[in-house]
Amino acid sequence: MNVDVMIGALPKLLEGAWLTLQLLFISGFFGLLLAVPLAIARASPHAAIKALPYAYIFFFRGTPLLVQLFLVYYGLSQFAVVRESPILWPILREPYWCAIITFALHTAAYIAEILRGAIQAVPPGEIEAARALGMRRSTTMGRIILPRAARIALPAYGNELILMLKGSALASTITLLDLTGMARTIIARNYMPLETFLMAGLIYMAITFVLVRGLRFIEHRVNAHMRPRPTGPAKATEEAPAGLMPPS
Amino acid sequence: MPDLHGFGGQLALGLWMTVRLALSALGIGLVLGLAGAAAMSAPVAPLRWVARAYTTIIRGIPELLVVLLIYFGASVALMAIARPFGYTDYIELSPFIAGSVALGLTFGGYASEVFRGAFQAVPPGQSEAAQALGMGRAAIFFRIVLPQGWRLALPGLGNLFLVLMKDTALVSVIGLEELMRKAQFAVGATKEPFTFYLAAAVIYLGLTIVSMGTLAWLERRANRGMPGVRAS
Repeated sequence: MNVDVMIGALPKLLEGAWLTLQLLFISGFFGLLLAVPLAIARASPHAAIKALPYAYIFFFRGTPLLVQLFLVYYGLSQFAVVRESPILWPILREPYWCAIITFALHTAAYIAEILRGAIQAVPPGEIEAARALGMRRSTTMGRIILPRAARIALPAYGNELILMLKGSALASTITLLDLTGMARTIIARNYMPLETFLMAGLIYMAITFVLVRGLRFIEHRVNAHMRPRPTGPAKATEEAPAGLMPPS
Repeated sequence: MPDLHGFGGQLALGLWMTVRLALSALGIGLVLGLAGAAAMSAPVAPLRWVARAYTTIIRGIPELLVVLLIYFGASVALMAIARPFGYTDYIELSPFIAGSVALGLTFGGYASEVFRGAFQAVPPGQSEAAQALGMGRAAIFFRIVLPQGWRLALPGLGNLFLVLMKDTALVSVIGLEELMRKAQFAVGATKEPFTFYLAAAVIYLGLTIVSMGTLAWLERRANRGMPGVRAS
């Protein structure tokens, strides 16, 4: 094991990590936007409304991300309509946008399924209470169901974010120099696969660690009202530290 | 039905390779998962640390990186080990073995958590009763804890298998001629990427459906004689 090689590869790998983070967050943002209507439609009791999101989710969860990525990046160029379009082609020609589009479509299916579970887990009493107060369906959805569902879905969403971080390594198969892609280019030059891939792995683990910590913090914040109140009379808790202080 | 230009047979060969790869990775993964779960609740602290490090690392790095690391890294490591013994030739791992090991390692990392949870959920009175009957540690595990924990582990393992099957596509990156690779060859010859990647997607979807059916059957079987448990 050659530690110098690992450290020497670090600047380039960090450059790749920056691209990985871009792919993760930009596709995550659009994925989330797409997932909300999908989840609402999927949670509908009407068969006609939930059929389409069901098929969408089933396709994106049932096939490998690599296939989806190739379908978008290589596949769409089979159609002359796409190749000759002045709007579509400049976007679909770029591996960067193809990766973001595919990851967004992919993660949206998973987030939608998580959100659907969360929407259905909102206690019916809260929805009934909103109706009793005269809220309309859309108001109930926006003010009661979705905020409540978002909180329920948060832990599962965190897992999905980590899975997408790992999935983003596939961007290297369509020539992008993300963390994995950068590692592969470095290896083509230094012939040190073990050290370079291990270093890349360490950076992935560091990103995972930060994401897990960040999500735990957000979870703590949004569930502030669920935490037990500090017990005992308020006076005592205020006095206790003072009593421990040395008299000044 | 779209025209496959006579590549249907090749895709079928690729499918067969994908299935073999998934099953051999499953075998390796189940063994590693059981070993990991056993090590995590072992009385020896270093064993617990190793198991903890294994699951943490495998869950923190991308599957594609694991595949690349095993394929390219393992041959370097093997050569380094072989050199002191006077063997200086180039050692190369076959993509099939590297792929099985890499996907098995990934499966095992997650499976050890699933097994651990399942075995912990078997009431301790069961193993105590077995101990009172004079059973040894191995007999208690294989005759009492494993059959009862298996039922609880099955849904989690099923999900992992569905993930594993989709991850087999990654092994095409190191050149194994499985479904995805065969689709790439067909694309190279026909210049019809959408047709063949969509065909591959449909075949993967079919594999997912068949696996889900098999898993539901296995769960029904494992829950025989459990009153009140409704197999879904």
